[in-house]
Amino acid sequence: MAPRDDGIGAAVRRKEDFRFLTGRGMYVDDIVRPGQLHAYILRSPHAHAEIRAIDTSKAMRANGVVAVFTGADMAKDNVGGLPCGWLVKNKDGSPMKEPPHPPLAVGRVRHVGDAVAVVIADSREAAKDAAELIEVDYLPLPAVASVADAIKPGAPQVWDIVPDNTCYDWELGDKAAVDAAFKRAHHVARIELVNNRLVPNAMEPRAAIGDFDPATGDYTLYTTSQNPHVIRLLMGAFVLHIPESKLRVYAPDVGGGFGSKIFHYAEEAIVTWAAGKVKRPVKWTAERSESFMTDAHGRDHVTRAELALDRDGKFLGLRVSTLANMGAYLSTFAPCVPTYLYATLLAGVYTTPAIYAEVRAVFTNTVPVDAYRGAGRPEATYLLERLVDVAAREMNLDPIEIRRRNFIAANAFPYQTPVALQYDSGNYQATLDQALKAADWAGFAKRREEARKRGKLRGIGISTYIEACGIAPSNVVGALGARAGLYEAAEVRVHPTGTVTVFTGCHSHGQGHETTYAQLVAEGLGIPIENIEIVHGDTAKIPFGMGTYGSRSLAVGGSAIVRAMDKVIRKGKKIAAHLLEAAEADIEFKDGKFTVAGTDRSKTFAEVALAAYVPHNYPLEELEPGLDETAFYDPKNFTFPAGCHICEVEIDPDTGVTQVVNFTAVDDVGRVINPMIVEGQVQGGVAQGIGQALLEGCVYDENGQLLTGSMMDYTLPRADNLPSIAVATQTTLCTHNPLGVKGCGEVGAIGAPPAVINAVIDALSPYGITHIDMPATPQRVWRAIQDARMKQAA
Amino acid sequence: MQMTGEYRIPAPREVVWRSLNDPDVLRQCIPGCETVDKISDTEFTAKVALAVGPVKAKFNGKVTLGDLDPPNGYTISGEGQGGVAGFGKGSATVNLESEGPSTTLLRYAAQATVGGKLAQVGARLIDATAKKLADEFFSRFAQVVAVAHEAEPAPATEPPIAPVPEAVTPAPPAAGPADPRPAAPRPALPPLVWIPALIAVIVILLWLVTRA
Repeated sequence: MAPRDDGIGAAVRRKEDFRFLTGRGMYVDDIVRPGQLHAYILRSPHAHAEIRAIDTSKAMRANGVVAVFTGADMAKDNVGGLPCGWLVKNKDGSPMKEPPHPPLAVGRVRHVGDAVAVVIADSREAAKDAAELIEVDYLPLPAVASVADAIKPGAPQVWDIVPDNTCYDWELGDKAAVDAAFKRAHHVARIELVNNRLVPNAMEPRAAIGDFDPATGDYTLYTTSQNPHVIRLLMGAFVLHIPESKLRVYAPDVGGGFGSKIFHYAEEAIVTWAAGKVKRPVKWTAERSESFMTDAHGRDHVTRAELALDRDGKFLGLRVSTLANMGAYLSTFAPCVPTYLYATLLAGVYTTPAIYAEVRAVFTNTVPVDAYRGAGRPEATYLLERLVDVAAREMNLDPIEIRRRNFIAANAFPYQTPVALQYDSGNYQATLDQALKAADWAGFAKRREEARKRGKLRGIGISTYIEACGIAPSNVVGALGARAGLYEAAEVRVHPTGTVTVFTGCHSHGQGHETTYAQLVAEGLGIPIENIEIVHGDTAKIPFGMGTYGSRSLAVGGSAIVRAMDKVIRKGKKIAAHLLEAAEADIEFKDGKFTVAGTDRSKTFAEVALAAYVPHNYPLEELEPGLDETAFYDPKNFTFPAGCHICEVEIDPDTGVTQVVNFTAVDDVGRVINPMIVEGQVQGGVAQGIGQALLEGCVYDENGQLLTGSMMDYTLPRADNLPSIAVATQTTLCTHNPLGVKGCGEVGAIGAPPAVINAVIDALSPYGITHIDMPATPQRVWRAIQDARMKQAA
Repeated sequence: MQMTGEYRIPAPREVVWRSLNDPDVLRQCIPGCETVDKISDTEFTAKVALAVGPVKAKFNGKVTLGDLDPPNGYTISGEGQGGVAGFGKGSATVNLESEGPSTTLLRYAAQATVGGKLAQVGARLIDATAKKLADEFFSRFAQVVAVAHEAEPAPATEPPIAPVPEAVTPAPPAAGPADPRPAAPRPALPPLVWIPALIAVIVILLWLVTRA
């Protein structure tokens, strides 16, 4: 039988796109509740200040104002602080420093944008006008914005209870083994680099509506979230003390998140609590400039690393020391990003036998920093793939050759790295070969020469990355400090006519789950994709869920759906055996039919479904009616997508402008369910990776003022910054989940930045330039060229 | 932000100095200025409202004068709160140089920092905006001072100001009650320089707010 055109492997058009492209999506800001009020949050203009007094009396009397609340009001109601979901321990085993994070500041503000008071009024404008009337008496305090400054002796202290601004000082790996490896080294390559701070910039700004029903005591929070159940758990249990049974969290369509909508934010708690106070719905929608100063930022590392090599360019040991910026407060998953999602990836695709990493997480007077597309893995990949290139150049080895010599061999799986992870499958030579061919690596010299004639510097760069996603085995992460399980839940509800509704705890914020999951079910149950509806985002409907992040929706969420389908099929076989008067063991299920093996006697899926709900001829003694199954799937391991990205750039030496002229991505994401969606995910990730490498950089001044606070100053990649991105896949199957899938959501953002920077350095190599920090803006590139020219002239 | 500038004002230095310290003159010249109030000899408050496009913001500023050296110049420093829009603080050194009997060269060097939305959205706009506000201020100021100067009875009748002010002209005898022309180092009034900076801040805030 020919493969289905709506099953696994088919490039099905995204079902959700019709409503998105025709403006019929339903986002939080589109929701209007009866009697709805509007909240405006007054925010600190200071990076660090004592709040000596807040006078809200004038604001209270302003037109249209219903209420004004401050942190003191929330404290009076015993509202808790925003919790952190991961405990990381210091080298000596002591726990990290975990300062409180009240939704509205109490006593002190610690970053520009810190929430100080909320005005609730009839309209957004009235609330905003009234906020102007709030008088806050600030005593500005010295502030610190960069990790390098924050650890200097005498630096301003963000928290009195956190000496040296150090949240934790953590390590991973065998230090003695690494020291020994360096003693034996023929060559040591070194690098110091910055992984630039990024602002996520989801297309849809965050929004939240709190609703309270005085008749039942039920609360509802409508919010822009990637994981509504997590928000219900954190906000209900830790902040507002509302039992799950009384709190519904609903995230309708979500317009992008890239990680920034994982976290539990103050505004969610503020509007929910305020709705209970004023007994009316309260809506808050971020303005874009608010997004810049309140959405958790990403990356912001300063790293020193050394790679020890033998005479042949084989890696002997790796030593890494990183400073990671936490911002002013610990965001939901902040502590795990520069540790368990970062240092554990430092083996890359290589056989480096000894690795030691130490990470110091530092508080600063900046917006909290947390997971952003890739979360930790882009930082590890960038560091490693830059360092490998540096080593190759210093040892006069070809960048391809040095990688080949160090790859984990295709027959070495499962492969245990020295930094905790066990890779299950992969074939790095194969992805590399495919990418080299697709990018016409061999023809580059000619293209460089041609560019030279046009006065352009052309360079080529490569990265062979690996990442760990499909997050994650609950017992493993629990042992590492996670305060949550990371399984996923799904319910497959078969209706009497054989149509199906699937309830999943993963929540799409643009990934196309409604299509990919439907393909899974179409394939698994042998029914047309039109008969399948995917429901997500609503705690009132879905059994449970941990949400969408870490490229886990298919590997974990999809696996849960498969497990629930297995249960449906198992029960269906029992029903079919009864209807067909055969033994259950003789029933086969294939292509939507239950068949008695070796005969042509069969019942369709719809017939079995009908029998389950109209059980006139049914084994009622042994079997319950109905066909509705739920499964929770806890992954056995992370999944390990890997691949090879090749970038070609041209630099105008007179202006420093870098243009990406070719980009090739060959990724092993395991089994591909929908190649069109995979291509789109990879292209989007690569676009963000190019953005990080060349354009994006969040800047605070030395007083902690956010200077890149709008799109005028923070450069997102635009169409003319991007080449046509060639995407291909190379498949080895994941060995431990039922689908063999690995995940594709983050690979682009992980693999691209080092490929781009390696290409930039290659282009600039005639000047002897060996390093440039991201973003490689025209100014930086031009400056590097000028400096090099002066040096050469001298 | 660092900003420097110079303006040639068609009036004698003494007149310029006096005007620089005259709240009324300042009020007239500062774009959007609602009030300038003297708190003490060296402290003033000012309220300035600025509108950019559809947005208005009101700044409450406090200004302190120092390094008084009449009529050569002073240093003013201050800070302004713009509410939701943020804040600005800064200082400026103002210098007056006589270029002729009725021409004075005013030079200033100002530095300011802004915070909150102003910095977030306005960092890039602040220089241009401040410059524009400063230009607006000084062109008005030159006009007001010139008019006042012409209107003055001219050197004939009154000894308006010691032409060669060695700073210590003892209390001027002829000054009527309406003419409290100070003799000695009378702490000048204001915000001249500072105000442009503040204003710039405000404008930037406005911009920000508008853009938000």
